[in-house]
Amino acid sequence: MDALICALSNRLAPVGQEFALRDEIASLVQPYVDELRTDALGNLIALRRGKNSAQRLMLSAHMDEVGVMVTHIDDDGFIRFEPLGGIQPQTLLGQRLRFPNGLVGSVGVERLDQIKDLEMRRLYLDIGARDGDEARAKVRVGDTACFDQTAVVSGRRVIGKAMDNRAGCAVLIEALRRVSEPACDVYAVFSAQEEVGARGAGTAAYAVEPTMAVAIDVTPCGDTPKGETLAVRMGAGAAIKIKDRSLLAHPVVKDHLTRLADAASIPYQYEVLPYGGTDAGTIHLSRTGVPTGVISIPCRYLHTPSEMVDLDDLEAAVRLTIKLMETQLPTA
Amino acid sequence: MSLSELSQIPGVSGDEQAVRAFIAAAIREHVDRMWADSMGNLFAIKGEHLPGPRVMLCAHMDEVGLIVNHIGDDGTLGFAAVGGIDPRVLPGVWVQVGPDRIPGVIGTKPPHLKSSSEREKPIEMDSLYIDIGADSADEAKQRVHLGAYASFWTDFETFGDGCAKGKAFDDRVGCHVLIETLRQPVRHPVLAAFTVQEELGLRGAQVAAYTLKPDAALVLEGTTCADLPSVDGHGQSTRLGGGPALTVADRSAIAHPGLLRTLINAAESAGTPYQLKRTTFGGTDAGAIQTSEVGIPVAVVSVPCRYIHSPVSMLQLNDVQAAIQLVRAFLQAIPTEGDPPWMR
Repeated sequence: MDALICALSNRLAPVGQEFALRDEIASLVQPYVDELRTDALGNLIALRRGKNSAQRLMLSAHMDEVGVMVTHIDDDGFIRFEPLGGIQPQTLLGQRLRFPNGLVGSVGVERLDQIKDLEMRRLYLDIGARDGDEARAKVRVGDTACFDQTAVVSGRRVIGKAMDNRAGCAVLIEALRRVSEPACDVYAVFSAQEEVGARGAGTAAYAVEPTMAVAIDVTPCGDTPKGETLAVRMGAGAAIKIKDRSLLAHPVVKDHLTRLADAASIPYQYEVLPYGGTDAGTIHLSRTGVPTGVISIPCRYLHTPSEMVDLDDLEAAVRLTIKLMETQLPTA
Repeated sequence: MSLSELSQIPGVSGDEQAVRAFIAAAIREHVDRMWADSMGNLFAIKGEHLPGPRVMLCAHMDEVGLIVNHIGDDGTLGFAAVGGIDPRVLPGVWVQVGPDRIPGVIGTKPPHLKSSSEREKPIEMDSLYIDIGADSADEAKQRVHLGAYASFWTDFETFGDGCAKGKAFDDRVGCHVLIETLRQPVRHPVLAAFTVQEELGLRGAQVAAYTLKPDAALVLEGTTCADLPSVDGHGQSTRLGGGPALTVADRSAIAHPGLLRTLINAAESAGTPYQLKRTTFGGTDAGAIQTSEVGIPVAVVSVPCRYIHSPVSMLQLNDVQAAIQLVRAFLQAIPTEGDPPWMR
């Protein structure tokens, strides 16, 4: 599991450019699924058939990660960019960014009189080009780059640039590997474009038309020094979402997940998030509505190059996802 | 030319019927069938029974403007903005109010009557009014009713080196490009949608995409252009005269990479100038179309327009011609058999 999540995190999957990761995930899950396809938004939709083909459980983990998009290259070869997804200018200071073709640059900043003058448009990327022509030969307006950081295991925890949401992808892949026979048809969706508004999950849900859906994604923790007031603690197990800004988890789904975790002695906690959203936000509004919940993985330092998750929390999330697949769906 | 007439028609979001009537008359003899829906979107189909992918071409008919929300005792009209308008561009502007196109001027307290603190603050929408030359509420009510729309009243004129000025180039220039496209023969099904209420949140396009269920969609727009000396290169979203702009990503959508590549290839093979839009602000109908049902590949072709969402915007007529050529080159690059090029 730690090797899988590190490998996935090291992949580059900027919002809207998830192809390389999608191909890797497709080859990883191919032995464990009956059908695989992609769609216009870039989603990977995998079907694992179960006993009852009249019901469809959709599980969604997004592939994309926050990054930046090139908007301008000047005659000295400096590259300007705008964020794709929720990324803060202070997080980018001093970072290296990598393009999918392997090109790396460092983030610089114009001279600031005071740090509060820091804004995204005052940052630039320096790819080591001697002039505009050299830079323009390597990079085009519209190209996307992400944090350049290699994942490491530290104790029982993993630090990497894209735990959001390779942690969720790893959980879903591992659950597909270990599940014996699903109770109903399981649609494992590795979704695109979550970080700009869960766009991929919406079209995937329309296609799948699920009986019930559960997103698998990371959630911020409230257990760091003088941090936010949030009940979720790292290492306290998988989190069952009650709400965030995009979703009120369907009570039947929330109760179902709770009963499964209790029955199998899987450590879990409830999550109430006053902001944020996941794939569940667009899935639950698809067509005539879908009973939807979320299995969350506690994650510190979200949307930075050093996102951290706990391997025991991941294991709890995998076991809960397998139980969910193997149990008949409740009536919502 | 139809852009001149199109731009001068009032058509604030929610009040697009005059634009729709003009477009319907302009395309009637060039399309197979045409209808409007309950929201006011105008659809036109060409080559319905031809083989090949069904491509939606979309331009929105509505423009930003004002709506009368108060009639004062002194006969002045209070208003709210419909769509994104900076109140600082409004004082002294000539407008047309309601279906009878009652003329009015946007007034504000003159500077010598303002307190020093008022002079230092930016103008707020609440402090402005429309003056239609009525002396009392009764007189004003005989000409204008609450809820009447007011649109900018700007003549279309050409000037400079191939430039034109007018109102509502966002998105009458897209409508113009689409009309010109429909006047040409097609090789596979072309589904045209002239949409409503884009400026209020892509509302018309959402139902239009559901109605047409296309295999791909191209949104035709007028987009921001801030190629001014005072703006750093990386704040200039497009350049006037640089050809139509292709969007990679904005707030509403990320262009389908395959469709964007198809457009770029078409432009390069046809020798049509184009540019990539350099900012990610704003949104277009592409956002609503892309997420319709199972998802639709989308891309956006925009004519650069300076000063959009103001009483006078400005464009370069060469960019308009190049946009028409690019759309034509794109449609001609799509084979009638096999996978469309954006799916490879």
